[in-house]
Amino acid sequence: MNEPINKKKYKNSFLNWIEFRLPIISYFEKEYVDYPMPKNCNYFWSFGALATIILVVMIVSGIFLAFNYTPHVDMAFGSVERIMRDVNYGWLLRYIHSNGASFFFIVIYIHIVRGMYYGSYKYPRELNWLLGVFIYLLMIATAFMGYVLPWGQMSYWAATVITNLFSAIPLIGEGLKMWLLGDYTVGNATLNRFFALHYVFPFVILGVVGLHVAAVHVHGSNNPTGVDIKSKKDTVNFFPYMIIKDTLAFCVFGVVISSVIFFGPNLMAEVDNYIPADPLVTPAHIVPNWYLAPFYAILRAIPDKLGGVVLMLGAIAILFFLPWVDRSKIRSCNYRPLFKWFTILFFVNFFALGYVGMKPAEGLYLLIARIGLLYYFGYFIIIAPFIHRFEKTKELPASISDVFSK
Amino acid sequence: MYFQNNKKIFLISKDFFRLFLIIFLISLLPLYINAKESSNTEMPKHDWSFKGVTGVFDNASVQRGFKVYREVCAVCHSMNLLYYRDLIDVGFTEEEIKVISSEYKVIDGPNEEGSMYERPAIPSDRFVDPYLNKEEARISNNGSYPPDLSVITKARKYGVDYLHNLLMGYSEPPENFELGDGMYYNLWIEGNQIAMPQPLYDESVEYDDKTPNDLEQLSRDLVTFLAWAAEPELEERKNLGIKVILFFILFGFLVFLAKIRLWREIN
Repeated sequence: MNEPINKKKYKNSFLNWIEFRLPIISYFEKEYVDYPMPKNCNYFWSFGALATIILVVMIVSGIFLAFNYTPHVDMAFGSVERIMRDVNYGWLLRYIHSNGASFFFIVIYIHIVRGMYYGSYKYPRELNWLLGVFIYLLMIATAFMGYVLPWGQMSYWAATVITNLFSAIPLIGEGLKMWLLGDYTVGNATLNRFFALHYVFPFVILGVVGLHVAAVHVHGSNNPTGVDIKSKKDTVNFFPYMIIKDTLAFCVFGVVISSVIFFGPNLMAEVDNYIPADPLVTPAHIVPNWYLAPFYAILRAIPDKLGGVVLMLGAIAILFFLPWVDRSKIRSCNYRPLFKWFTILFFVNFFALGYVGMKPAEGLYLLIARIGLLYYFGYFIIIAPFIHRFEKTKELPASISDVFSK
Repeated sequence: MYFQNNKKIFLISKDFFRLFLIIFLISLLPLYINAKESSNTEMPKHDWSFKGVTGVFDNASVQRGFKVYREVCAVCHSMNLLYYRDLIDVGFTEEEIKVISSEYKVIDGPNEEGSMYERPAIPSDRFVDPYLNKEEARISNNGSYPPDLSVITKARKYGVDYLHNLLMGYSEPPENFELGDGMYYNLWIEGNQIAMPQPLYDESVEYDDKTPNDLEQLSRDLVTFLAWAAEPELEERKNLGIKVILFFILFGFLVFLAKIRLWREIN
C-alpha cells in the first residue's frame, strides 16, 4: 500500500473504489475532460467525433437487424422486407443502417480531406494516418459485404464482379476466388460467410478506432495552422469547449441525415436492389455503391483485367505512403500556396472519378477516368515528393494564439 | 469594449460561414446522386397525394387501386410480400378483409392423415400467387415472367411516374420499328418493347363509387395502390421524420447558444 493518498481523489466513494483498483476514471478525465485541444480548431475537427458516433449507431442498428435477418439465398430478400413491414420500427432500423453506411463514408471522406489539407499525417502523427487508412480499408470491406446481404440483383452482381477480380491473380487466382466464395459461383455459402464477416468486422474497426484515438492523444490534435502547441495559452480543454462544438456539429449532421432517412431513404440506393437476386438475369449496368465508385472507375480505366486490379488496390495502398512521400516540413496547406491547389484538385479529381465510376465505361467517361487515374497517382508520385523544391511557402505564425487573437 | 464586441461577432460569423460551407458540401452529394437519375430521358412527372414532406396516401384511391389489381393484374402478377391483413391500414374493415381473402384458395397441410388439402385463404395469409411456380408463370406468358409487384415502385427508376406512364404508354409501333414476336410497343420501357399486352383500357374495371373509370384514373389508382404496397410505412416515416428534425433543430439551437456563451471568454 504505497499510494493511500489517491484513495480520496473524488467526492463520490464509488468512483474512488473503482479508481483505486482500475484507474479508468482518471484516464477518462485526462483524455476526454482535461485533454488540451488547440483552440483554433474549426468544425472540420468534429468529423472524427461524428464518425465515432455513426460507428456506434451502425453497430447497434446492425445488431437489431441481425436479430431478424436470415442469411439464406431463398429467404434473405424476404427477411429484409419482413423487417421493413412487420418488425416494429424495422423500416427505421434498416433505413438508418443503409443510409448510415453512406453517411459514414461522407463523414470519413471529409475527415480524410481535413487530414490531407492540414497535413495531419506528418510527423509525429504518421502511425495515426496508417491506422486511419487501415480503418478505411476495413470499412470498404465491411460495406461491400453489407451491400450483398439484402440479396437483390445489385447485391448478387456486385459480389460476382468484385470476387471475380481475384481470379485475375496469376496461378492462384481461380483457387483463391473459390476459397473466398466457398463455391464455384456466388451462392449460399458466400452469403453465409459474408454475413458472419459483416457482423465481426465492425468490432475490429471499433478496436482500431480505439488505437487511432489513443494515438492522436499522445501528441495532441493538429490544428489549421499546423503549428505545434507552444503553451497552455494555445489550447482549451476538450470539456466543455470542444465537446460543445462537436455536439453542435452532431445536431447539424442530425438534420441532414434525418432528412435523407425519413424523406428520401432510397435516394442513395440502386433501384435494382429491390429485385430479388437472379443469377440468370444480368442487370444492364452493374454499379457499385457511390462511395466505392472512384476505385471502380480506376479498375475499368485499364483495358487489362490484372492491370486494373493492381491499380485499384494500388490506389488504396498508396495512401499508406503519404506521410513519407510528402517531403515538406510545413503541415497546413494554408501556408503552402502551390500545394494547396494541387491538393484541392486531388479532391475534385477523386469526386470526378466517382462520377464516371457510376457511368458506363465508354467514350468521354473512359477518357475522364484515365486522366483522373493519372492525376491520382501523379499526386503521390510526382507532386507531393517534389513540389516543396519549387514552392515559396508563407511565413508560419509563431504560435496558435498569434493567429487566434488576430 | 466596443471593438471587442465587434470582434466577437466577426468570429461567430466566421464559425457560421465554415459551418454552412460544410453543410453545403454535404448536401451536394444526395443532389448529385439524384441529378444522375433525372437527367437521362424526359420522364413526365405527375402529382401524387403521397409526395412531398407531408404527403399521405389517399385511402379511397388505394382501395380502388386494389380493385384494379385484383381484377386485372392479379391474373398474372403475384404480390407475395403482402398479407391480406395489411389491407386494414388503408381503411378496409376486418369483415371486408375476411370476405376478400376467402375468395382465394391456398394449399395447406399436411393434415393428420398426411395429405395436403385446399382451404379458403384467411387474413393472415399472404396474397395468393396466380401461378404454382415460376415455370408455370413463364409457360403461361409466352416465356416471360410477370414480376412480383410488391415493391415494384421502388424497383424501377422514376418509380410511380414511370409506372403511370408505362400503363398509359401503349401505342402502335412507328414505321420501320422491328417488334419482336409476341411483344408490344410501349413508349416508356427501355427498348420500347414489352411482353405485357396493354392491361388497362377505359372502363375496364367498374368502380363501386362514382369515380370516373377512364384509363388515366384506373392507372392512377393502381399506381397509388402499388406505392402503398411498396412503402406501407410512408406516413409513419414522414410523421416521425418531422419530429426528429425539429428535435435536432431545437436542441441544436440551444447548443449553439451555449457554445457562444462558453466561447465568449476564450474569444
